[in-house]
Amino acid sequence: MPKKLKIILFVLLTLIIAVIVVLFFHNHSLAVLSPKGPIAQKERTLMIIAAILMLVVIIPVFTLTFGIVYKYRASNKKATYSPDWDHSRIVETIWWTIPVILIITLGVITWQSTHALDPYKPLVSKNKPMTIQVVALQWKWLFIYPEQNIASVNYVQFPSQTPINFVITADAPMNSFWIPQLGGQIYAMPGMSTQLHLMADNNGSYYGSSANISGVGFAGMNFTAKSTSQDDFNNWVRNVKQSPNKLSFSQYNTLAQPSTNNPPVYYSSKEAYLYNTIVMKYMMPTNLISDFYGNTTNNKEFYTQSGTSR
Amino acid sequence: MNMFADILGKLNLNAIQHGPIIAGAQISMVLGGIFVIGLMFYLKRWKWLWNEWLTSLDPKKIGVMYIIFSVLMLIRGLTDAAMMRAQQAISVGSSHGFLTSDHYQQIFTSHGTIMIFFVAMGFMFGILNLVVPLQIGSRDVAFPFLNSTGFWLFVSGVVLINLSLVLGGFSATGWLAYPPLSEIVYSPGVGVDFWIWSLQIAGIGSLLSGINFMVTILKMRCRGMTLMKMPIFIWSVLGSMALVLFAFPILTATLTLLFLDRSLGMHFFTSGTGGNPMMYVNLIWAWGHPEVYILILPAFGVFSEVVATFSRKRLFGYVSMVWAIGIITLLSFIVWLHHFFTMGAGANVNTFFGLMTMIIAIPTGVKVFNWLFTMYRGRIHFNTPMFWFLGFITTFTVGGMAGVLMAVPPADFQLHNSLFLVAHFHTMIIGGVLFGYFAALNYWFPKIFGFKLNERLGRYSFWCWVIGFLLAFVPLYILGLMGATRRLDHYDASMGWQQLFIVAAIGVTIILCGVGFLILQIIVSIMQRKDNQDKTGDPWNGRTLEWSTTSPAPIYNFAVMPEVHSRDPFWEMKKTKQGLENEPHYEDISIPKNTPIGIFIAGFSFIFGFSMIWHITWLAIIGLLGVIVCIIIRISNDDTEYLLTAAEVEKIETAAQERYA
Repeated sequence: MPKKLKIILFVLLTLIIAVIVVLFFHNHSLAVLSPKGPIAQKERTLMIIAAILMLVVIIPVFTLTFGIVYKYRASNKKATYSPDWDHSRIVETIWWTIPVILIITLGVITWQSTHALDPYKPLVSKNKPMTIQVVALQWKWLFIYPEQNIASVNYVQFPSQTPINFVITADAPMNSFWIPQLGGQIYAMPGMSTQLHLMADNNGSYYGSSANISGVGFAGMNFTAKSTSQDDFNNWVRNVKQSPNKLSFSQYNTLAQPSTNNPPVYYSSKEAYLYNTIVMKYMMPTNLISDFYGNTTNNKEFYTQSGTSR
Repeated sequence: MNMFADILGKLNLNAIQHGPIIAGAQISMVLGGIFVIGLMFYLKRWKWLWNEWLTSLDPKKIGVMYIIFSVLMLIRGLTDAAMMRAQQAISVGSSHGFLTSDHYQQIFTSHGTIMIFFVAMGFMFGILNLVVPLQIGSRDVAFPFLNSTGFWLFVSGVVLINLSLVLGGFSATGWLAYPPLSEIVYSPGVGVDFWIWSLQIAGIGSLLSGINFMVTILKMRCRGMTLMKMPIFIWSVLGSMALVLFAFPILTATLTLLFLDRSLGMHFFTSGTGGNPMMYVNLIWAWGHPEVYILILPAFGVFSEVVATFSRKRLFGYVSMVWAIGIITLLSFIVWLHHFFTMGAGANVNTFFGLMTMIIAIPTGVKVFNWLFTMYRGRIHFNTPMFWFLGFITTFTVGGMAGVLMAVPPADFQLHNSLFLVAHFHTMIIGGVLFGYFAALNYWFPKIFGFKLNERLGRYSFWCWVIGFLLAFVPLYILGLMGATRRLDHYDASMGWQQLFIVAAIGVTIILCGVGFLILQIIVSIMQRKDNQDKTGDPWNGRTLEWSTTSPAPIYNFAVMPEVHSRDPFWEMKKTKQGLENEPHYEDISIPKNTPIGIFIAGFSFIFGFSMIWHITWLAIIGLLGVIVCIIIRISNDDTEYLLTAAEVEKIETAAQERYA
């Protein structure tokens, strides 16, 4: 192939790829990079800062690589050749120092951001925070509203601009609770209660999923997280209250059986202390586990002692 | 309810053993076996195979066998990858693809397990066997029999893990088998037990090989080779083997505890009854993170040799390189928690592990600059290994950037377990580890076989790998940012992920072509070996000791033991014309005799592992006793070496000189 043709083909190919890429990003949004809440917003900013800091190294490396490779190719006899030059205190000091400075910068940012964006840290807002308890089951998400005394499966609704305290456990293998547009994920583990504080800026519907393999039905373990106005939320709660489903212990045990691709289900009421009971199920001595399925009221005090703090 | 019964029915691993895809795999395995056995009968090469190869204690031959098994496993692992991407490209919305969820999960588990344990580890030990003794000017490794045993234990692991394709099914819990999913309650089949025991056996093999190479490097270097005169490849292997020594016992212990949970109803990692799955996650990564550096450090070493040789220049910043390797080795043990920032540890803990992870970027960055300045003011020759090096530098820096990004805990919360993470570690393991090993294969091949590999097909393979890699993994970075998590066998059409998954599937196809070219390259080179012959023993104008002996290197490596005075001993010898005597004085050389006991130990280990999986107590006892008896037989045998007389050595050397003429 003549050289000219090669260049033309190369340019053409680059253009085609560029057009496809532009079209793709025009039609699709990147969930992680289009945040809808303050946490995801800050996490995105952090990623961008870190990426820019890294580019300070990457761009010189790429430039140097191709520059050096081109200039010192064996066929270029005019280039200097010093086969024994293998050490220079000055240049080596430079490239020990530059990464050190970069990493110190990034380290300071990391220290601050990790503390500021600790998932356990409650969010500050003029609105009163709301607690939603989350239970990963095989293979669906159960959301319990302790204040509203309702529950739902694979669907969670909450008022926007209100800090939501997700308290998370699992009655299943380990899962990870993730709503990319609102903020980062946290593991859902049996016998453990983890926390995630999120908030949505506006009304909207967001994709949520489990990010950690938990068995056969794991791929269908996603849910819709909907943020609405406070009034719409209250209406929704009232609607759910009309539902004939009630989440008693026996209902819960049926629900906890493995099932895949569950459509949303709503429960107008829930057993008291349900969440703590689920956590404590794994913390009890073996001889008490049977109580979980039977007479739980005797142990009510015992269950309520389980905190949800770290 | 019927639906639950269906689900539980899917959980039954035995039910899936008869599917068409599995049957296809089984048939191809059986046919392959029959073909090899038939070929051996046809060529009447059984004796040759047994005496020259299988029972050999020559590290060069063990190295070649390691690499053959790794390439076979690479094909299996890539087939898994191709099936995964094909499934993800079509399993959208109402279509559910051609794999069931359970089968899909078995496939990604087997992909990860096989690629790390039986491709990367095998390839690495193969290269170590080929190169380490030659490069330190030694005639052998420190413990030739231990070396053979380590290799055969690796093979035993390979056979055991592939057996699960026929019997019992593969584990479906991901390559690290996090409990409680991997506990008996959630994984009642034998898949996880197969996983445990093949890793257990191969892992002990790795530990033995690690001890062997550690001692080889520390005790077997030729005269004059002080620690600071060792080639950088040897330094990187030393770091890597130190990690093997400290990390693999953790793996062995962790797997044992998991097996006790599963078989004897103990509660180390169960959810509830005092068990703690989080402990397992910590332990497995306390091995798992060093494991990453076990694989990548030797690749760094390979590139250090390649870039110096093909730039015809001394390696820049040797002392910096040694320090960098040392720092990476130490730090790799205190970063394991960055694999699970999302577990809910406090901000202080996360910050500590995030900072430690970032600090690793410093020595790694220094290494990159040193490689670049090795080329600066050099004379760069673009042979195939150099192409792999350039591919490495570009992909590895980008992957490293993604890595540092994920070392920031709050950023990791958004990227963890997404396809962004998958793309990141494939960038490191393909672009770093695999490219390094391919460079090593092209670079050292002539030393082992006496002829060079075809350059043109090598370049074809390289371009297929690089382009395929970009097409397969750039979409995954984007998908990760779109919120796509890993290990999904199905997703909703409204997510808008399908186009990118199709591009990724095309990328995998191109990578398959790359492997095709790699195998073609080897076949064509063997057919054209007369034209590609390495007649000097020094095909690349090399710098280190391995190039000073003849190609293919004789069983004793060096007829006359070398003595070194500088870091690039052979380069110096060529420059000063000293040390290359025309009339060498030969001496008697003692060489370890072949022994099949390594094979027997591995065979009995296989029986032991197999019966532990299926809970066959009597057979397990036989297996264990067999291993012990073999060891006793071996250690009570004092007649393990034979003498190659000076006259015979001279004959071999003269023959080599005549071959060159």
